[in-house]
Amino acid sequence: MRTVRTSLMLGVGLMAGSAAWAQKSTTEAIEEYRAMLADGNPAELFEAKGEELWKQRRGPKAASLERCDLGKGPGVVKGAFVELPRYFADTGKVQDLESRLVTCMERLQGFNAAEIAKTPFGRGEMANVTALATWIAAASKGMAFNLPQAHPMERTFYEAGKRMFFMRGGTHDFSCASCHGEEGKRIRLQELPNLTRSPGDGVGFAAWPAYRVSNGQMWSMQLRLNDCFRQQRFPYPEFGSDALTALSTYLGVNAKGAKSAAPTLKR
Amino acid sequence: MADPMRIRAQAQEGNALVRVLMSHEMETGQRRDASGKVIPAWHIIEVSVAHNGKNVMTAEWGPAVAKNPFLQFTVKNAKAGDKIAVSWKDNKGDSRTDEATVS
Repeated sequence: MRTVRTSLMLGVGLMAGSAAWAQKSTTEAIEEYRAMLADGNPAELFEAKGEELWKQRRGPKAASLERCDLGKGPGVVKGAFVELPRYFADTGKVQDLESRLVTCMERLQGFNAAEIAKTPFGRGEMANVTALATWIAAASKGMAFNLPQAHPMERTFYEAGKRMFFMRGGTHDFSCASCHGEEGKRIRLQELPNLTRSPGDGVGFAAWPAYRVSNGQMWSMQLRLNDCFRQQRFPYPEFGSDALTALSTYLGVNAKGAKSAAPTLKR
Repeated sequence: MADPMRIRAQAQEGNALVRVLMSHEMETGQRRDASGKVIPAWHIIEVSVAHNGKNVMTAEWGPAVAKNPFLQFTVKNAKAGDKIAVSWKDNKGDSRTDEATVS
């Protein structure tokens, strides 16, 4: 007769009660918590969904995304994520992964890009964009960030992003740099990476998209940046706007050499 | 139609370590939406596991299990090449079965 042993992971409550928890530094405890959950990172579910969406014939033109050019030639997925945002000659714009995906969905599949951009995160086609981004990011896991800066537009976006990063404003009068401009800052328990230089492998720019356990949602980079604007009490830039791409370009270039860990798992 | 599960099954000292990630909302029925209306309960009520077609575990689940549940268990006397099938049923009558081969 076979018997079966089961263990169920229900959440953080089980761990938080142990005495060992309090003796560790908060960073160690968070690391441990992440390691515990990483084994069953639900981001994998979105990865699987993204892969399916990439190959599926969809949209008014009933086409797949397999000819989508993410910067390394049509259909090349591996390595694309660590070189984005970059300049695309066909749109004449610097684009990040998500806005590029929407361009492909419009041009290849016939979706309405403006309508997708207006869809809230986690809904409809926007949920599909996030799943696709998750899968594409995962294909470059472990690869080092190396954003191109050869095109003048790419350098302009870097400079614009840098200005945005240091621009103070809002009711609380702070900038991205107020929290992410020096070592050792933290918010509540969480240590904040210094994003003016490469914060290291799998941290900061190299850690998104990520699955957030606290709300059970898959978060793309655009949503992550939106949340920073929310904390700054600033209005959100539009989805796929040059402002977000510029900020991403600044963060991505700074992350040069850091190995991508996306999709990761966050509290 | 529910999204697929991710099942990994690894042979370990005569047994198989199985890790399953399920895609499900697991709505408790205790939350309210923005307009104050209760969001109806929607969660998995039964999980069953078959080893080479023979049932080896059945579990009853409720609203206390987290969204996108992760389930880990060991199947005794399972070897590489064996089939592990996992099924779930939810309270709306939806169900899903996925199979993995022990490696």
